[in-house]
Formats: sequence, structure tokens, C-alpha cells
Amino acid sequence: MPKDHGIGASQKRREDVRFLTGAGQYTDDINVHGQAYVYFLRSDVAHGKINKIDTAAAAAMPGVERIFTGADFEGVGGLPCGWQVTDKHGNPMKEPAHPVLAQGKVRHVGDPIAAVVADSLEEARNAAEAIELDIDELPAVVDMKAAVQPGATKVHDDLDDNLCYDWGFVEANKAATEEAFKNAAHVTTLELVNQRMVANPMEPRVAVGDYNRANDESTLYTTSQNPHVIRLLMGAFVLGIPEHKLRVVAPDVGGGFGTKIFHYAEEAFCTFAARALNRPVKWTSSRSEAFMSDAHGRDHVTRIELALDADNNFTAVRTETYANMGAYLSTFAPSVPTWLHGTLMAGNYKTPLVYVNVKAVFTNTVPVDAYRGAGRPEATFQLERVIDKAARELGVDPIALRRQNFITEFPYQTPVAVVYDTGDYVATMDKMEEMIDVAGFPARRAESEKNGKLRGLGVNCFIEACGIAPSNLVGQLGARAGLYDAATVRVNATGTISVMVGAHSHGQGHETAFPQVVAEMLGIDESMIDIVHGDSSKIPFGMGTYGSRSIAVCGSAMVRATEKIINKAKKIASHLLEASEADVELKDGQFTVAGTDKSVAWGDVTLAAYVPHNYPLEEIEPGLEETAFYDPSNFTYPAGAYACEVEVDPDTGKVTIERFVSADDFGNIINPMIVEGQVHGGIAQGIGQALLENCAYDENGQLLSASYMDYAMPRADNLPHLANYRVDHSCQTPCTHNPLGVKGCGEAGAIGSPPTVINAVVDALQSGGYKVDHVDMPATPARVWAAMQG
Amino acid sequence: MAKVTMTVNGKTVSKEVAGNALMTDFLRDGLRLTGTHVGCDTSQCGACVIHVNGEAVKACTMFAAEADGAEVKTIEGMANADGSLGVIQQAFQDHHGLQCGFCTPGMVMSAAALLKDNPKPTEAEVRDYLEGNICRCTGYHNIVKAIMAASGQDVTPVAAE
Repeated sequence: MPKDHGIGASQKRREDVRFLTGAGQYTDDINVHGQAYVYFLRSDVAHGKINKIDTAAAAAMPGVERIFTGADFEGVGGLPCGWQVTDKHGNPMKEPAHPVLAQGKVRHVGDPIAAVVADSLEEARNAAEAIELDIDELPAVVDMKAAVQPGATKVHDDLDDNLCYDWGFVEANKAATEEAFKNAAHVTTLELVNQRMVANPMEPRVAVGDYNRANDESTLYTTSQNPHVIRLLMGAFVLGIPEHKLRVVAPDVGGGFGTKIFHYAEEAFCTFAARALNRPVKWTSSRSEAFMSDAHGRDHVTRIELALDADNNFTAVRTETYANMGAYLSTFAPSVPTWLHGTLMAGNYKTPLVYVNVKAVFTNTVPVDAYRGAGRPEATFQLERVIDKAARELGVDPIALRRQNFITEFPYQTPVAVVYDTGDYVATMDKMEEMIDVAGFPARRAESEKNGKLRGLGVNCFIEACGIAPSNLVGQLGARAGLYDAATVRVNATGTISVMVGAHSHGQGHETAFPQVVAEMLGIDESMIDIVHGDSSKIPFGMGTYGSRSIAVCGSAMVRATEKIINKAKKIASHLLEASEADVELKDGQFTVAGTDKSVAWGDVTLAAYVPHNYPLEEIEPGLEETAFYDPSNFTYPAGAYACEVEVDPDTGKVTIERFVSADDFGNIINPMIVEGQVHGGIAQGIGQALLENCAYDENGQLLSASYMDYAMPRADNLPHLANYRVDHSCQTPCTHNPLGVKGCGEAGAIGSPPTVINAVVDALQSGGYKVDHVDMPATPARVWAAMQG
Repeated sequence: MAKVTMTVNGKTVSKEVAGNALMTDFLRDGLRLTGTHVGCDTSQCGACVIHVNGEAVKACTMFAAEADGAEVKTIEGMANADGSLGVIQQAFQDHHGLQCGFCTPGMVMSAAALLKDNPKPTEAEVRDYLEGNICRCTGYHNIVKAIMAASGQDVTPVAAE
């Protein structure tokens, strides 16, 4: 019988009611009395020198409050980068200035040049058209390998070249890795592209800046995954507003997928302008604007080599990756191709030697940063593709080759710094094989062939590092922030509870899942517990939601705070029961003296805490509210095995997903329904990357895919049918170092699915006699067909 | 400016609107019915689907003035008279057919239009009908399941994952 309460129950989501009735409060639904609207005039060239911006005529247009340009921000800090990577020579990465509004040059299509603030959006837009711009278009660098050639056009004139950093990891392993390749019985090499993606949460970004001169306080309403991070970055580094004078609110947020982590120019602008004008200022991104101003994701070009001995054991992995940073460093951009990518290159395998080289490159394109999975999909894609290719070259079964090389003992120290605490890759592989029905595949292939289609089976394993992250460790790696999280459990006199959490829910269902944990611990009903999030003035602190960290890090803080509540409540209960504290037990919301029928209810104790007439005031304070900060001691390591079957139409190259299964190990699970939903969403984004999506630039840096007419978002009919799709999370090896034993589930689907699909596509083509060992993503009909033609 | 009069969720409303005011602006700014969302500027995403005279319409493709005299229904008008969730809304909650909730109003309005014309759609018909509604969170799996369930079809065999 499935549980209906507490940890492990598939409770229906309470937040759904407001979303299903139109009562959600998204940032664009917030209007502040007297607000003005801002329209950003953005660069339509990828690279140019600004000679002159003449705003005189535009400023005289109806409704215009003021027009801002880069000159207004000369004394203001630029947008900061939150992670400093050190290159293989021990030098810090190049870190160019990132102005709020362009100063002197524009460096990508979409770079904001001027901001027109007016009484209405229409008036702001009209006035922007009247701004006279004199810009000399300069040659643009778009291709990464061209950008690092000597003499290439520089994105930033004050830097020596376009190379942000050249990172080697683990540098001490390099010589031994080279040696292993010399001694290898077989080496498989693969060159591939992990294409540029646009996260595309359905809610475009919005910022509303407000200023209260009575108390000199600024408020920013923004579509953010981490309001406290924005407060810290914008307050301390950009605008110089002290934290106690700055409130950041992220209300209902319509999806994030990474791109709403970062601190953006528009947020700083609206906050700045509201103070300058003493008037609220609102910006709502259009979708077209989002394509050229939201940080993009992925965009790696990689060469990977896998060395094997004569018994097909992996002996070494060596990679060289070019990682696109775009024109400026977005908030966490430098960490993505390095610490979130190189550290995962051991995968699920006991490869003893790994050397990863990453060259991060500036180009005249939109900045690139974390997108669902962030570095881990890139690592998984190249590793699992090269393993599949090796299996084919060696004539061995790809599943058997993986099994042979699995890590089976834990904890496991990888050669790439991280220590996997727990896992069972055999179990997820077994589960995956059972669900996809490997034995039945030849019959299904024969059936497809009868219909003139090629059928392929692709399998894939993955591991990810989630629950980001131990602060002292990431500090050594260059993070300029701690990555703990915090929670306050406020118990009211009547026993109801508000839990203020630093995690932010933008689709993940925290308002439902987090109370299940507290309810389980206290033995009370979930309906007595509410979660408060997304407002820096209401919650203690928090680093927000990304990297599948919410339940693993913030959930742990919530457990610690609840434990403090239980300890104090037991003290109060023991006083009321006139018993020793050691004898008091809490069960089903009752405090009972062990071995007796003497008990007091949860509500009696909470009331006593706030009406302390009969209360041990000499020992403890009144009230019942506790805060905990939790800093994890390690990452968590969700892992899994995925499989899919595709059909390829040999006449057109069109690929369809016929079956898809995932076997994930997320450790313990709070709400299975929500976990499955997260996996469905991640897999859809992974299938989107594998078959449909591509953010394309032309050689001049013009963004070719800047709307839903050019950028192929997955639709309902691109995804596997209900009966042919299973997501499983029954293999559970609980995390050993956090109190709930949880690992996180938000990114797994996006990490595990792209190589699964491409492995299946290659298998299908090979079955038709086509000598194709790789198809770059997205595997569109045109690309697949071209590959078939040789 | 022109005066328009229409029925929105059963209530008659009259307002002065600019000739170029879109239905999305009229509902969101004029009537404070912010459940109708704007997710794109090319009429692709479907977050703004409403019903006009019983037909599904992307509100971003229609001027408010064009709705003069029309009967309009938005997500705010989809609950039962007692405030409880309607059949489709309830199915979306039961089957976890939404995550961030931003595309949800359009999905529910599209689903209602589909089921009015085709009370027992096949799965392929549901997926085909949702061509004009983009969701980035759910992978559509549970949306499809919710719509099938709302049509009275048994989805328990596939629900048992």
C-alpha cells in the first residue's frame, strides 16, 4: 500500500490549485503604482565600435521619462562573475568587464546599448526607434577554433587574445595518461559537437525595480532561481546597495533550467533606474529578446580518446574541449566546462587515468552558462558516445563493455578528484535491460524493417555530481560564494508551521514535497505546514535552486532546523508532563512519557511555548522557531542507465523515438510523483537536444534561431507514447552523508538521454549497412540523411 | 480608442481600448485576469489560449476590439461554480500535468476545446492537437495522460510506473 502522507507519498501538489485557476503570481503579474516601462535598444550587429549615441530627438518623444546609455553607468560596477578558474599554468582566467549597458563597443547581437524609460512600453519602444546610432561594424569571431588563432579579431581589446583560460585536469595525471595511451591495445577517438542550446523556460524574464525614498530601500521583483544570490551580486558588486537596504523577490517563476540563476543587466538596470528616477521601472522580455539576452547553454567542441587494454578494460581517457563563453563571462560560466564537467569524466567506470583539457573561448555571441545539467551532459555525451564507438570497433556488446568496467565498490575515489559515496550501477543496468526488453529487440527490429524502417537500440549510463556543494571545497576551486543553504522553521502558537527556505521552487513542487519531510518528522499533517520561499526579506538566507540541490542541501537544513524544534519541544513537553526529557517520545504528533499513557499533544506544547504560564522560563526561552544552515560534506551522485529505441526512415532520415526507459538511482525519494515528473521533463529536454534544438549563428554572428519559428522546441508529438515510456527509480542507494539520504533528480533526464538517442540512431544506421559512427546533435532528418550518403 | 463590450467568464464588461490593444493586454492589464500568459511573440507557444464564442483562440493574435460582443472564457472561468477544480483542471492535478504552471492555462483551455469537439480522443490525436502549446517542464507525458483521463479514458495501466 503506497503511503499517502510523509516521506515517500505521491501527494498531489498544493501549488497546482493556484496555477490551474489563473491565480499564480508571476513577476509580470506584479505592477507597482506609478511604474514606468523600459525598452532596451539592443545591438543588431555582433561586433561594433560605438561612435555616437544621439538620444536628443528620442528623449523629446511623448511619454519618455529618461534615456540611459553606458555613460550613465561609468561609475557603476559591471556584472560580476561568481567563479574564478585557474588555468593549467596557475594563472587566473581572463575576466573582462561586463557593463550593464554597452560602453564603447557592442560584442554580441542583443548587447544592450540604451534603455528608454517611458510611461508606456509603446512610448518607450517608439522612442528607441528615434535614437540615432553611429556604430562601425567590426569583423566578428564566432567559431571557437578560429577565435584562438593568432591575429584573430579580439572580442575584448584590453585582453591579449580570446582565450579565457586553458585548463588541465588533473595536470599531475597528464604524463601517466600519455603513457597509458602509448601502451594501449586499442584506442577509440571521437570528435563531436555538443551544440549551443537555449534554455527557454516558458516564462520570459521580467524585472520590476522599486525604490522607497522614505527608508532608502530598493526592491527588485525578478524571475530568479536564487533571489539571495541576486541580492548579493547586485547589491555588493554592481550597485553598491547594502543588503539591509535591498529586497529581492522572486515570486512564482515559470521555469528556470539554469538560465534564471544568473544576475542579468536588466535586473541591475531596473533597480538602478528606479532609484535614479524615484519611480518603479518594469521590464518584460519578449521571447525574441530572450533568445538574444538569456544566457545560452552547452556549446562545446570536443575530441575524446578512450584507451583500452587487450581485455577491453578502460585504461585512460583523454579529452580536449573548446568551450564557448560568448562575449562576456556570465555568473557561473567558467565553472561549467571545468569543475562541473572534468570531474565527471570518470563516469560510472573504474578508468584509472583521466586527463581533461578545456579551452574556454570568447566569441561575439550571447554569453553561455549553466543549462539543465551544466557540464555533466557534456561529459556524459562524449564519454558514452566514445564507449559505444569502442564497442562497435571491438565487436563487443556495448552493455557488456560497460558492465565490465563499472565501479562496483564504494566509496570510490575517482582520478578526477571527486569521491562517489554510494551507487549500484549494476542494479540500474539490470533494471534498464528488463524494462527495455533487450531480448525482444531483434523481433521489433525485424518488424520495423518489414515496414521499411531501420531500428536501433541505444543504451547509456551516467553519473552526475549534485547537491552543490561543500563550501570549503568549491572555495578552493574558485567559487566566490559558499554553497550551503538555510531554513527557518517557525512554529506558531496553534501548532501550524511556516518553513522559510532558501531553495526556490519554479516548477519543482517544493511547497508540497518539503512539508512532507517536516510532517514525517513531527507526526503531524502536511496541511499544518506551509513553505515560504522567494523573498529575501522573509527567508533567512539561501543560495537557491539549481544543480539538483534543493532537497539535498536546503532539505537538509530544514531537517536540522526541525530537529532543533523537536529538541526544544521535548524540553517543554517534559516540563508539562513532569517527566525527564530523556523519557519523552514524539510520535504521531503526541509527546508521551515512555512506557506510560501520559501524553501532551503537539498543539499543547506549541501553545505553552507562546503562552508560557507553566513553562521552564529559567531554562529555555519562550517561542518555538529555529534556523539551521547546512553545508554539505560532499556532492551527491545520482546515477542511472537509460535505453531507447528509434526508427529511422531511410528515405528521409527522420528519426522517431519508439521506446524509452530510464532506471535512475536518486537515493531516497520524498514524492515519487514529482520525481517522475522531473525525469519526464529532463528527458524531453534531452530528446530535444538530441533531435531538434539548435541555437545557430551565421559566420557574421547573426543569431539565426531567434524565435519559436526557427528554434525547434519539442512538441507533444515528438516524444514517446505513454505505453512505450517508463521512468523507474526503484534502485535506491541512499546518499551516505546527508540526513535524508537523498541525491537530487532535477537534471538526470537531461544528462542521460542525449547519448542514449544518438547511440540508438547510430545503431539503426549501422543495421542498414551505413558506415556511420557518429551523428552530431540535433540529428535532424537532413543531418541523418547526409550521414547516410557518406 | 473604441468602446468594447463583451462577456468575460459570465460577467459583462465594457471598456475603452486602443485600436492596437491585443486581447492579452486587455485581459491582463485591463481586467487584471493575469492567468492568460504571454510566452512568445510569434503566436507559437499557446500560453495565452482562451475561448472566444466557444472556440480556442490565441489571445495574442486577436485585437481586443475584435472581441466586441463576444463571449470570452479564460482560465479564471474554468473552475466549478463552487470554486472546486473543473474536470480537466482536476485531471491535471491528479496526473501531475503541470510543474511551473506558466503554460498551464493555455494547456487547459486547449484541452477543453479539444474535448468539446472530440470527447474521446486517441493519444495521437491529443498529441497532434497540442502542436500549438509548448511546455518546457513536463515533457508532455503527464499532460497527455491528464487529458486522456479527463475524457474518461482509463490511463491507470500507463500510470503504474
